[in-house]
Amino acid sequence: MIDLKGIKKIYANGDIQVAALNGVDLHIGANEFVAIMGPSGSGKSTMMNILGCLDTPTEGEYFLDGTDVAKASGNELAVIRNRKIGFVFQGFNLLARTTAVENVELPLLYAGVGGKERRTRAIAALESVGLGGRIHHRPKELSGGQQQRVAIARALVTNPSIILADEPTGNLDSRSSEEVMAIFQRLHAAGNTIIIVTHEPDIAEFTQRIVRFRDGHIEGDEIVKNQRKAQAQIIEEGVAK
Amino acid sequence: MNFFESIRVSLRALRANKLRSALTMLGMIIGVAAVIAMVGIGNGATASITAQIQGLGSNLLTVSPGQSNAGGVRGGAGSLTTLTMTDVPKVQAAGPAVKAVAPVSSTNAQVVLGSGNTSTTITGTTPDYQFIKNVSIATGRFITTADVDSNARVAVLGPTVVTDLMGDANADIIGKNIKINNVPFQVIGVTTATGSTGFMSSDDMITAPVSTVQERFIGKTTLRSILISASSADDMQTAQDEITVALEQAHKIPSGKPDDFTVQNQADILASMQGVTQTLTMLLGGIAGISLLVGGIGIMNIMLVSVTERTREIGIRKAIGAKSNDILLQFLIEAIVLSVLGGGIGIVLGTAGSGLIGTALKMSTSTSLTAVLVAFGFSGGIGIIFGVFPAKKAAAMDPIDALRFE
Repeated sequence: MIDLKGIKKIYANGDIQVAALNGVDLHIGANEFVAIMGPSGSGKSTMMNILGCLDTPTEGEYFLDGTDVAKASGNELAVIRNRKIGFVFQGFNLLARTTAVENVELPLLYAGVGGKERRTRAIAALESVGLGGRIHHRPKELSGGQQQRVAIARALVTNPSIILADEPTGNLDSRSSEEVMAIFQRLHAAGNTIIIVTHEPDIAEFTQRIVRFRDGHIEGDEIVKNQRKAQAQIIEEGVAK
Repeated sequence: MNFFESIRVSLRALRANKLRSALTMLGMIIGVAAVIAMVGIGNGATASITAQIQGLGSNLLTVSPGQSNAGGVRGGAGSLTTLTMTDVPKVQAAGPAVKAVAPVSSTNAQVVLGSGNTSTTITGTTPDYQFIKNVSIATGRFITTADVDSNARVAVLGPTVVTDLMGDANADIIGKNIKINNVPFQVIGVTTATGSTGFMSSDDMITAPVSTVQERFIGKTTLRSILISASSADDMQTAQDEITVALEQAHKIPSGKPDDFTVQNQADILASMQGVTQTLTMLLGGIAGISLLVGGIGIMNIMLVSVTERTREIGIRKAIGAKSNDILLQFLIEAIVLSVLGGGIGIVLGTAGSGLIGTALKMSTSTSLTAVLVAFGFSGGIGIIFGVFPAKKAAAMDPIDALRFE
């Protein structure tokens, strides 16, 4: 699924060159549930950007679904992001003034999916995260947890190869965090490949595998022995609506 | 993403910011409305001046004594005595393009009727004058050949003269005896008001037989001018040439020497007057066009602000798969919609405005289709030109930086 070989990312700041990533090899298979951890400055954000095809490595090979994306152009990367990657951000990053269902439809819009199919699939995605009754709410009318669930629905609506979440619980209280992790566990159980970047150990325990970064290297790569099961019950909110 | 989806996305963004969109459009609306209204008023002025000049007579040519100088402006008009009654039959016989000829001999006149008196001009002429100058008679009759032959002391008054003498343009003055420069005249007719005012008003003059005016007031047979009606509008130039040749022969002017008379063509006067008003129209339109340009810059300004403000939105769209072109198109369409919509509203307001001004100033304004199309095309073009820069800026954003933008 994901194969990284000798990935380097070097930022040139005047004469000083800073290697954010310094030779990273990583393999993530299909239907894995991985947490990427590390202190700030460890290179995990850079890793996230490269994995998410928002950025390309200075050196190395990145095979996603068997295609080398390390040398892709800006527009090719846009297509890859659209088809193969679903993003979930710390700050939710929903479009304000736009309803939940329109937010979820957005990736399909850029994929060229027709209006009717778009709406059907967006509603299905929202239902799968328990927001079937809130499709016409705007982000500010939703709680943080609900907003993050809209963002998850947006990430999975295109049936991407991987779902990439950058600190998905960073802005949430513990109850909402557990709800979100419960959804990720459910999606994982349904066969999705999920990668989460986090600095919270208890959040990482919800995953199956933890990859630790330090100073641009992989410091540790371990299987989670006692995976926590998220207990939060997803309440089907406002289904009657 | 197809084009129509792009339009929908742009429209939604504009709706989300109604007040700002409306204010941005205002610049465009005012610019286009100003262009349309100014050009409309200018065209109206041209049309009304054209109508006034054409109202002076049909296919009119004027022969005046003296040589014209550059630009057709004559010096010392009327002070020269090179045109006389003997020239009239020569002009009449000049050629087939000459249809009717009327001599004009005029002087100032002090008119008295009872206690009323006024100062005006008296024009001595022949019956053909009525045809050449499109004179229409309200009451009574115009002068006849018999009046001219018998040096009859009869006068046709303009309605302004009647008002000045009797206090009412409709007062019954036919048959009354008036004194013009102390010579008694009988009023035989009153002309219809033409509405022209001021200098050379056809409402404020007296018409009498040319023979009478020359005998009683001028004392010789010199003429102020000879009026000619050409057979048709196409024959104006032919008539002008024929008259020039005929008068050069009559006055024995060798070729190459300057003529002692001037033949003026109504079309020449019309053309020069239209030139003036068209220049004025272009001037007004040009000034209004500058406001259109300012409106366009306003759009660019707002679009640039909008791009910066929506950096995060651009980042999100790019992260989930928008290509640079999708972003470019979205912002470009927003700018074009603003300018074209503003232009459309401007056209409506400008048309209505020029109509209102026309009514207020009692002149006909005409909104030309050309002006509308040009203004519309121009506003669309401004949308593209001033939209490209902000849209390119948006499209070129790096998604990582854009997402990090607070």
